[in-house]
Amino acid sequence: MNKKVGTKRGELPRYRSYHPGTQPEYNYPPYASTQKRCPTQPLVVAPQTLSELTGPVFGYDDIKPTDNDLTRQHKGEPIGERIVVSGRVLDENAKAVPHTLVEIWQANSSGRYPHRTDQHDAPLDPNFAGAGRTMTDAEGRYRFISIRPGEYPWRNHYNAWRPAHIHFSLFGPAFLTRMVTQMYFPGDPLLEYDPMYNSVADEKARVRLISAFDWENTVPEWALAYRFDIVLRGRDATPLER
Amino acid sequence: MSLYASANQTVGPYLHIGLDWLTTRDIAARGAKGERVAIEGRLLDGDGAGVNDGLIEIWQANSHGKYAHAEDPQTKPLERGFRGFGRIPTDDKGAFRFTTIKPGRVPGPGGTLQAPHLVVAVFMRGMLRHLATRIYFPDEQSNTEDPVLKLVPPARRATLIAKNTAKGGLEWNIILQGKNETVFFDF
Repeated sequence: MNKKVGTKRGELPRYRSYHPGTQPEYNYPPYASTQKRCPTQPLVVAPQTLSELTGPVFGYDDIKPTDNDLTRQHKGEPIGERIVVSGRVLDENAKAVPHTLVEIWQANSSGRYPHRTDQHDAPLDPNFAGAGRTMTDAEGRYRFISIRPGEYPWRNHYNAWRPAHIHFSLFGPAFLTRMVTQMYFPGDPLLEYDPMYNSVADEKARVRLISAFDWENTVPEWALAYRFDIVLRGRDATPLER
Repeated sequence: MSLYASANQTVGPYLHIGLDWLTTRDIAARGAKGERVAIEGRLLDGDGAGVNDGLIEIWQANSHGKYAHAEDPQTKPLERGFRGFGRIPTDDKGAFRFTTIKPGRVPGPGGTLQAPHLVVAVFMRGMLRHLATRIYFPDEQSNTEDPVLKLVPPARRATLIAKNTAKGGLEWNIILQGKNETVFFDF
């Protein structure tokens, strides 16, 4: 592909480092499980090579058209409040990230995952598996239909509860743009107590993880909507791009 | 225009629900040329216990050293169906195993050539953002001139190089803490 990007030596433009405070640290004591799972040696700073500036490419052949509707994967409809979750995938330069894979997973409306290690005493829903995926369109837009996930307790500290959330996994155009994040809901009173949400030091970056109530995308008499835009790592401007 | 990036957040303990559908343990499609290799290892936490709810992803070039990606400018052959992506969840003991072909050499910075390697992303509960590391191959002369491996303190380089096993495969472990702690990169 003959793109008008490149450096003087004909190498691909590098990705900027994340803005300080926008990403959590590996060692974050309030989230207890980080303690035995964080590196203790400093990361080795390395140049971005072709290996990191490229990354896996997925296509519409990898998914089914119904994969983005979590309410239609079983015989019956899941229990809970139907929601539309949509938004755009952008990079830090506000450029759309088109045709990229978006994967999500979440608890059911009672706060339970259909997973062998989830022992929370809340009902499973035979009509809800809680997994979806889709591709962004040419403008970076995506859209899921789901049900609003429930909050649930976890054992990080006494009386710990996770705020309602949906896990998002994104690839973007390179190994360096890979991101797994979580979408939260506006006004959730549990956010201020949640170590994962609060692991992001910068308040503006933290707030970016909270979806917005999205009146324009509500479906009358059918579903409320939430908007969640995701911003992946962006590239440095290059002499050719200026 | 400069937007704040979204923050990474942990995959949590129930990652399999959303990610298992794309599990890929045979990375090289049938018909991909090159030396077939099987790589196995364990993902170990600070207590030396296997991480049974982790996942690794692999990204690699084909045997010619060509990535299945539009921005790879090299004019080298690329087999149809070769994606170069692997996704392998760890098992109950924290072990993982996958097969692939040994990649060719790809360009490094400033006109250098890199030694054959796989790039690896590591995800798990208890890790708020994934870690990046690399797997290099044993008995590979070019390791000594690899521009990335050169940046690693010599005493720690072995953590990035797979070992031959008695069974004829390769072993490479991810050790999160302590003695022989694996080298992770900040790119």
